[in-house]
Amino acid sequence: MNPYELTIAQAIGQLAAGSLSSRELTQSCLERTKAVDDKVKAFLVVTPELALAQADEADMIRARGDAQPLCGIPLSIKDLLCTKGIVTTCGSRMLEHFVPPYDATVVEKLKGQGAVILGKVAMDEFAMGSTSENCAFRVPENPWKLGFVSGGSSGGSAASVAALECPGSLGSDTGGSIRQPASLCGIVGIKPTYGLVSRYGLVAFASSLDQIGPLTRDVTDCALMLNAICGYDPKDSTSVRQEVPDFSSSLTKGLQGMRVGVPREYFGEGLDPEVRAVVTHGIEVLRDAGSEIIEVSLPRTDYCVAVYYLIATAEASSNLARYDGVSYGFRDMEVKTLMEMYKETRSQGFGAEVKRRILIGTYALSAGYYDAYYKKASQVRTLILGDFNRAFEQCDVLISPVVPTPAWKLGEKAENPLAMYLSDVLTISANLAGIPGISVPGGFSRGGLPIGIQLQGAHFREDSLFKVAYNLEQGLNLPPQRPGIA
Amino acid sequence: MKITKEEVERVAHLARLNLSVQELETMTGQLDTILSYVAKLDELDTTGVQAMTHAFSVSNAFREDRVTDSLARQEALANGPCQNGEAFVVPRII
Repeated sequence: MNPYELTIAQAIGQLAAGSLSSRELTQSCLERTKAVDDKVKAFLVVTPELALAQADEADMIRARGDAQPLCGIPLSIKDLLCTKGIVTTCGSRMLEHFVPPYDATVVEKLKGQGAVILGKVAMDEFAMGSTSENCAFRVPENPWKLGFVSGGSSGGSAASVAALECPGSLGSDTGGSIRQPASLCGIVGIKPTYGLVSRYGLVAFASSLDQIGPLTRDVTDCALMLNAICGYDPKDSTSVRQEVPDFSSSLTKGLQGMRVGVPREYFGEGLDPEVRAVVTHGIEVLRDAGSEIIEVSLPRTDYCVAVYYLIATAEASSNLARYDGVSYGFRDMEVKTLMEMYKETRSQGFGAEVKRRILIGTYALSAGYYDAYYKKASQVRTLILGDFNRAFEQCDVLISPVVPTPAWKLGEKAENPLAMYLSDVLTISANLAGIPGISVPGGFSRGGLPIGIQLQGAHFREDSLFKVAYNLEQGLNLPPQRPGIA
Repeated sequence: MKITKEEVERVAHLARLNLSVQELETMTGQLDTILSYVAKLDELDTTGVQAMTHAFSVSNAFREDRVTDSLARQEALANGPCQNGEAFVVPRII
């Protein structure tokens, strides 16, 4: 087996045994990236020299006996996480030349463990999108079927992991942006509870919804990466000050006493029959593992997309006001007045989807409309959270599809923003309620495209989520498959 | 119609965006579709429901009142599209 095919846990085993060095592993991932990334288009920038220097450093740390779990493991980073000295574009012309003077807390934590950063991966501009087609520079393709979407907004993260360019990646999830591409690319991705992971150094989209999380090839690796990045950070006032468990300790077989809820609203109209069949099979696997299956109801599910596209856009319009051409980012240098500097800078620097969302958000917050839109949406958000709280009185974990369909062709929904928004219907409620959600590979469509299964848990119950996810993965026991990349 | 071209122009000004004639046309249609869709929230009675600000209760997060290191001036200026080594330079305001 080539080193680039190893999962994180397998690589850790070989690194610890001394049969593999981080330099060999990193070199292998870099060569794989060189071989396939012209087709997959996951990376916006690869940093080979920096990566090999970090790998050598990691090998030295290991030789000293000081290796932490992720020491020497090569990873990719979504291009909205600040990396000191490495350009961080957020997929936007606006930040094409932005070189952060500091590392995001999660990047600092990975580096602190001795992890190796291979480069920065593509994403929808400012994380706004469901296919990564809104990236200003490069659009990743699905490694299982080129010409199909990798999902979004963390499409580059998912594609890089699925294409075996690296064993893990960091992404971010505002309405499904980790879970949806993980599902479409056949890998694991978790959106942690809001506040579990520091957002310091994450370029903000919608601050009450954004959360950083890992994308990996299996559940074991996902727990390892989440262990490394979570925890209280004084630099993020919304990060939660509490003890974090070792998520790897949740990965044990048997679900006796675990109650799994099936929310009936997630299995409604528009759900592809192949996706339905995969999730139904997943439910049987969890039943066989000893869990009790209960039907539950989340009655406001149908309103989540509407709430999301008011709250997320309102927060975005406020967050993106900072791109004014003054202290960083693009500026139109031709104009003479301050007002035209603002307007031309923003009009030329932002792409169509970003402008569309800024306009919706500005409208929803403007005088005379605030009560009807933003306040109303925030009230319905309270009702949605109440629905989840009631469901979690009856069960520990919810099982559902992640996306109503397998991946679609690039360009297919690009002209219809509302149709694109509606494809997020099954993932955005977790962000509105602040609860954790994970996507686990469930099977394949007849067309050879991956289909994921979503599990959602109560606030800070990632332990239950990992336990059920692990049993699902083990019980499904999918035959090992590698994307053909053709 | 939920939104007119004139309203989109007004909102674009508030958001400090210039829209071309073509953009204004497309955006007005798309915003109208989206706003018509979100109007479904009116079906729900939210009388007396508190607006949600946080997923769980959080109180003010204070840190100790102690001076810590911050970015050096040159580092802070380094990404400025126009700067003179001491400050960011912008078009004349007054």
